[in-house]
Amino acid sequence: MTAALPISLEVNGEPVDAHVLPRLNLADFLREHLKLTGTHVGCEHGVCGACTVRVNGETVRSCLMLAVQTHGASVETIEGLSDSGEIADLQAAFRDRNALQCGFCTPGMLVAAQDLLQQETEPDRERIREHLSGNYCRCTGYQAIIDAVETTARARMGRKP
Amino acid sequence: MTVASANPDRLTVLDRPNSYIGKVVPRPNLERLMQGRGLYVSDMELPRMAHVVFLRSPHAHAKIIGIDAVEARRMPNVIAVVTGRELATVITPWVGVLSHLKGLKSAPQHAIAIDRVCWQGEAVAAVVATSRAVAEDAAESVRVEYQELDAVTDMRAALDPETPVIHPSLGDNLAFERNLDAGAVDAAFAESDEVAEADFIFGRHTGVTLEPRAVVADWNIAEQRLTVYQGTQAPHMVQNIAALHLGLADSQVRVVCKDVGGSFGIKVHIYADEMATYALSKLLRRPVKFVADRVESFNTDIHARDHRCKGRIGVKRDGTITAFEIDDLTGIGPYSMYPRTSAIEANQVVNLVGGPYRTKNYRARARVVFQNKNLMCQYRAVGHPIACSVTEGLVDLVASKIGMDPVEIRRRNLIADDAYPCASPSGLRFEQLSHHAAMSKLMTMMGYDALRAEQTALRKKNIHHGIGIASFIEVTNPSAAFYGVGGARISSQDGVAVRLDATGSVICQTSITEQGQGSESLTAQIVGSVLGVSMERVRVILGDTDNTPYGGGTWASRGAGIGGEAALQAAKILRKNVLDIAATILQSSPAELDIVNNAVVTASDGSPRIELRELARIVYFRPDTLPPGIQAELMATRHFVPREYPFAFTNGVQASWIEVDTDTGFVKLLKHWVVEDCGTIINPQLVDEQIRGGVVQGLGAALFEKCIYDERGQLTNANMADYLVPMSGEMPDIDVGHVVSPTTESELGAKGAGEAGTAGAAAAVANAVNDALKPFGAIITEIPLTPQVILTALGRI
Repeated sequence: MTAALPISLEVNGEPVDAHVLPRLNLADFLREHLKLTGTHVGCEHGVCGACTVRVNGETVRSCLMLAVQTHGASVETIEGLSDSGEIADLQAAFRDRNALQCGFCTPGMLVAAQDLLQQETEPDRERIREHLSGNYCRCTGYQAIIDAVETTARARMGRKP
Repeated sequence: MTVASANPDRLTVLDRPNSYIGKVVPRPNLERLMQGRGLYVSDMELPRMAHVVFLRSPHAHAKIIGIDAVEARRMPNVIAVVTGRELATVITPWVGVLSHLKGLKSAPQHAIAIDRVCWQGEAVAAVVATSRAVAEDAAESVRVEYQELDAVTDMRAALDPETPVIHPSLGDNLAFERNLDAGAVDAAFAESDEVAEADFIFGRHTGVTLEPRAVVADWNIAEQRLTVYQGTQAPHMVQNIAALHLGLADSQVRVVCKDVGGSFGIKVHIYADEMATYALSKLLRRPVKFVADRVESFNTDIHARDHRCKGRIGVKRDGTITAFEIDDLTGIGPYSMYPRTSAIEANQVVNLVGGPYRTKNYRARARVVFQNKNLMCQYRAVGHPIACSVTEGLVDLVASKIGMDPVEIRRRNLIADDAYPCASPSGLRFEQLSHHAAMSKLMTMMGYDALRAEQTALRKKNIHHGIGIASFIEVTNPSAAFYGVGGARISSQDGVAVRLDATGSVICQTSITEQGQGSESLTAQIVGSVLGVSMERVRVILGDTDNTPYGGGTWASRGAGIGGEAALQAAKILRKNVLDIAATILQSSPAELDIVNNAVVTASDGSPRIELRELARIVYFRPDTLPPGIQAELMATRHFVPREYPFAFTNGVQASWIEVDTDTGFVKLLKHWVVEDCGTIINPQLVDEQIRGGVVQGLGAALFEKCIYDERGQLTNANMADYLVPMSGEMPDIDVGHVVSPTTESELGAKGAGEAGTAGAAAAVANAVNDALKPFGAIITEIPLTPQVILTALGRI
């Protein structure tokens, strides 16, 4: 087995230095080493979207990225996005629309939805459905999630000058 | 959501000022989950916790000749490698039978296989290490020598004399058979103007909870107590079963259930690997954690719905259905699941076929056979999708034969809304259903006539749309008739304790559990409404056998109807106790007082008299100021179980509007409608979202989901890339409407809503696809309706 390698990165705005085995994926690093358990593991091969996080501003399946690849990077998880208030309106829309049941997909779903809302100001329902189609939710049937994202997009449009 | 009340004049304890009943209020526990600050079992860590990985059989059926774990045991950070024989010193085997399912048989099943494996994925050894990664590495170096045996895979051949018997001591591969013959079926068919028949085939599928099954077991040898942290729907059931097989008293086992990442019936059972984890903790005297990976989930989470059902229906030219007849066959894997058994789904199919209709002539046979595949057992809407697809498929087939519109034939045969109470030919008792009101509402919601016109117009452009209708009934609020009468220690009653604490807030402990349905919310809504306390002051505690009343949990659409009624009754008693003490303090009488907005008020004019906070202060800190002999009781407990009806049936109807691409075989879901009647609606949003989520699980079964086994019993698509689930891109918007017929079994009047969506969705889609394919003369009675199935039916491949 290869020896642990040193990495330095930023997680939710805080500097992190760690020694990790090369085979350790980012999801396990966040959950087991940093105890950031809001990032969930559902399928372990990049299909379900539960482990979606942001690395250098891009959404990433953290189960498909190795921790060593984040050396020098900035990683943001659901905990960081919640604390910064960046997605507070999206979370409020999810709450009001009951867009989550068991909540296991929700952190990944929120990160993916925020990614779309940052890229496009007026996504229609079909576009929202398409963008979130890599995030599996077994509970809701998706409609409430689409509603919440659509509501947030409209509200953000309204706030723009 | 739109609601048509069948009984608008009913005034109850819930129709109070500021009632939360029937209102959309956000669930109290959402913030935690949205911020990634929930606590799922997979997140848990305990001091000295070890991780177990199970080495699983690659063969569907094989003798275990030997297990060599010498190398694995020598690896650093490996704590133990434990075989089935070694673990059997700590935990006893079980047999998944219930006495009310007469004739049901199964063989003893061990936590880890001993001598023989009976399905691909059965555990043969446990590797325990300080981390999961180390345990997985070590598992790779354990050598198991197998001698492969013939695998029984095709359920149709399971009963053939030349097929090997999986458990020779049982004599054959037949686990269970039920026969029913009601009315005069042969005469009815003889008098029919038309008879239709078909073989309905249902793909084996599974629950695919996003959080896999997970358990942390912590045997504390000094306390002589086992604490099990598990994402389970039935904590007290787990407590009892774990204790029973570990040789402990129930009181030595505590089951704690925090957040659960999806359940749907998958997590209402007790699996061999979970039992093994409890036993390993006892054996190794430290906490042991097991989290299934996705491949293990597909190979070991219970599967469901693997049925082949021959169905037959007779009809008069005026549309009167004369009789139903079915012959159902299902393969359940090598064992009947424990403790709920694997005969329930077939039994439900027999119970439910023809359920919405008037005909009294019904004959059914169901046979449940063993095979060398993963175990099958109860998953959301047990048996309903099969019964509904067979019934509604037959109704459409025979309507087509006599040239009658699918809605018209249903209107002529659905049980009249004023015919209740009544019973079905299979003996189900219906208190009050609303098939016709539901159908009328559906017609309005979907604009049926306009859709038919659109369909006709599109046909001319060679675009093939279809409309599918499916009426259904749903079993909810089960009494002891489900499990208790068969000898299972699975409680059908639930309990709620409510107390007013020293600051005037309310703490409520309930035996129902939360997996996202909204159990916590509905309990707080009911308690807040009855007490006159605002919801944010009500804290609900669930999922802990040490800290809740004894009860069944959340499954079979029972949380709101049974747990909700217990909450209502407990809150009523507490309210009375609060008013009694308030009357003493205020030198008034309880009848003159009420509780509104967290304060005792004068009932007649609502004028404030004393805040609950102040009342609680007096009761807890200055009881010396109360008159002699007055002892306040600011905690009340009540339990509830339905007694009059074994089950509270709900009903509804679904419609699907789809397009079939006849070149590619792809089905596009354009729109879906549901009208259902779950009695009193506590929170319309939660009910609608239960319906929508349930529908989408049914749509997955209709179009995508299938566990594909090869002839040697190998599951060939045990991952989420190859096993297709519904994703947002393919799912339609779903409109939900309601008819409200409360049950009079309880003051709350709520029936369940968790399974209605799943019950009828696949039937509606299958009928819609056949409707779309009508000009081609193709009839499909198989799900999932994959492009291959559709193109084959069209003769294109």
